[in-house]
Amino acid sequence: MKPALKIEGVSKQYRLGRVGAANLRDDLHRLWAGIRRSPNPFLNRGELNDRTKKSEEAYVWALKDINFSVNPGEVLGIIGKNGAGKSTLLKILSRITAPSTGKIEVNGRMASLLEVGTGFHPELTGGENIYLNGAILGMRRAEIKRKFDEIVDFSGVERYIDTPVKRYSSGMYVRLAFAVAAHLEPEILVIDEVLAVGDFEFQKKCLGKLEEVSGKAGRTVLFVSHNMTAVQTLCNRAVLLDRGKIDAVGNPNDIISGYSKLHVNQCLEREYNPPLHLEGIIINSIRIGQEQSQINREPLFENQGTNLSVDCVVDVAVPRLDLTFHLQNGLGETILVFSTGRKEQGLPMGKFRIEYLFPPYFFMPGDFSLTLMVVINRRECIFTQPQILTFSVLEAERNWGEFMGKDPGYLRPPIEVNYNEN
Amino acid sequence: MYKIEPHPPWYKINLKELWTYRDLILIFVRRDIVSMYKQTILGPLWFFLAPLFTVLTFTLVFNRIAGLSTDGLPAPLFYLTGTTLWNYFQQSFLGASNTFVSNAQLFGKVYFPRLAAPLALVVSNLFKFFIQFGMLMVFWTYYWQQGLVAPTIKMLYLPVFLVLMALLALGVGLLVAAITTKYRDVSHFLGFGVTLLMYASPVIYSMNQVPSQYQSVLNFNPLAPILEGFRYCLTGAGQLSWSGLGFSALIVLILLTIGAFLFNRTEKTFMDTV
Repeated sequence: MKPALKIEGVSKQYRLGRVGAANLRDDLHRLWAGIRRSPNPFLNRGELNDRTKKSEEAYVWALKDINFSVNPGEVLGIIGKNGAGKSTLLKILSRITAPSTGKIEVNGRMASLLEVGTGFHPELTGGENIYLNGAILGMRRAEIKRKFDEIVDFSGVERYIDTPVKRYSSGMYVRLAFAVAAHLEPEILVIDEVLAVGDFEFQKKCLGKLEEVSGKAGRTVLFVSHNMTAVQTLCNRAVLLDRGKIDAVGNPNDIISGYSKLHVNQCLEREYNPPLHLEGIIINSIRIGQEQSQINREPLFENQGTNLSVDCVVDVAVPRLDLTFHLQNGLGETILVFSTGRKEQGLPMGKFRIEYLFPPYFFMPGDFSLTLMVVINRRECIFTQPQILTFSVLEAERNWGEFMGKDPGYLRPPIEVNYNEN
Repeated sequence: MYKIEPHPPWYKINLKELWTYRDLILIFVRRDIVSMYKQTILGPLWFFLAPLFTVLTFTLVFNRIAGLSTDGLPAPLFYLTGTTLWNYFQQSFLGASNTFVSNAQLFGKVYFPRLAAPLALVVSNLFKFFIQFGMLMVFWTYYWQQGLVAPTIKMLYLPVFLVLMALLALGVGLLVAAITTKYRDVSHFLGFGVTLLMYASPVIYSMNQVPSQYQSVLNFNPLAPILEGFRYCLTGAGQLSWSGLGFSALIVLILLTIGAFLFNRTEKTFMDTV
């Protein structure tokens, strides 16, 4: 099968810093090289994109050696952190800017949506803007004419179709813009996440009823995002970018695990060897995990029960010995304090595995860390270890059309709800 | 199937693709025309008012005060023929040279052949031109009744001058547009450069009044034979130089070619510099 899109060795180099005489000098240099038919002398310069480091180099590679292809009917997610090169790749695919090296073969009519309502003119009426926006997105006049009624219908602003869009409410404006975009019928659609996650109608229509599509009649979609939930739900393959290079290609779930490793330094397990000897208690290991992810460093998902366990030996009878944890959010704020619940009696002597069980959806997606404290006599803290474990909880796959954004808050403990009819 | 490549050969302008976007060009033209008067209270009246005041000023300053000859023509008619065609050139040229800057928002979000924008602009400015030309013809008819001008068969040549002017404005506009994306300095020059160019062209004077030692220099201005010829064919004043027109046409062709190639090359990467 011929790929819908074939990307070969695509790189993009940017020049940093101020525009000045150096540009002119480099341009002349480049021009001279061009005349002699030798390769662009600046393409062997430059370094990989790392925002955090100050650089002396004037050239930087936003993308370096990108190779992959997309089969017809495939829905491919492109993910990565900020600065990984997602937007640059999106721009190159949308033909807004050209790559510095490499080439992309496109088989089929391609449209890209980085924004809805591109080119809307405030003075023109809704109807006129349908034609304008449609033509800008690559539709022929006859095609727009044919779909005009359908677009107006879909937008639900029929009453205002002869009113200049500057008089529209922002909601009407967006609806009209979405309506035009949803009636695009390209074979390949390149789309920015901002557009795909918001509106269920749009998901269904614009992405070509993805859930029904099984490859043959389907539309090829490239979906650029850092919204994991959306990628998991919508895509059947994902590409992970990191600092301008491809880090991994494959099944979205696997890729997203890779992404979370990239994202935070997780520490889901600590084995003490030799064991940690404290006054009266010896701690062998401490770990956090989920049933379906026994292997260390797997990501934790919000929809599964989580298990925090401590293997320890109490060898001396210490009065009212207790293990207390502080749970911190990604900002380092303590959001929850919990202990063994045996404050009155303290831990008895013996060898234990103490387990703390958190029900599914207890943690909201985000980054967390735990501080361990060993307390005796309900007042004296004999041991404190901040960030003894750090972990992040990822969004679970959601259903089509559900909210894909992030809810506020950190925890979602089960709350009993009673309906009392009076 | 098509390819996205770093630098397609410099001579490769995808005219076929531009043709498939012809509807977009027409819709842009429509947008420009509709929005031109929608934003104002006086609406299309402005198209008359601006040149009317310009001509009034020119008549007062250059004719009455400075005493410049108008080649035997009534001063308002003389200045109006010059400014009508000149205005078209100036607006189209400045508009086209500003293509990348004024469309940066649009170009940054969606692809279509970038040439569509300046092409649409040159066409939609024709609309303004025809309104002003209509006013010019009102004056012309008035002076015809007075017996100062008369219709001739040469008036059929008028579209030729207009087409040459359109292509010249487009060619220079594309060229400047391509250069300004990288070197903004050029845009500072443009503002007064255009005014200078007007004084170097027979808009408020005719070539007959220019001393011969300067005439040979002015002959290198491709605008001169077009403006002169336009006036000659409409009013019979001045001269129609076929060799001069041939020279202009050649320059137009060269500028348009270079402009289109440079523009085509720039459009691929201008988003990196804007």
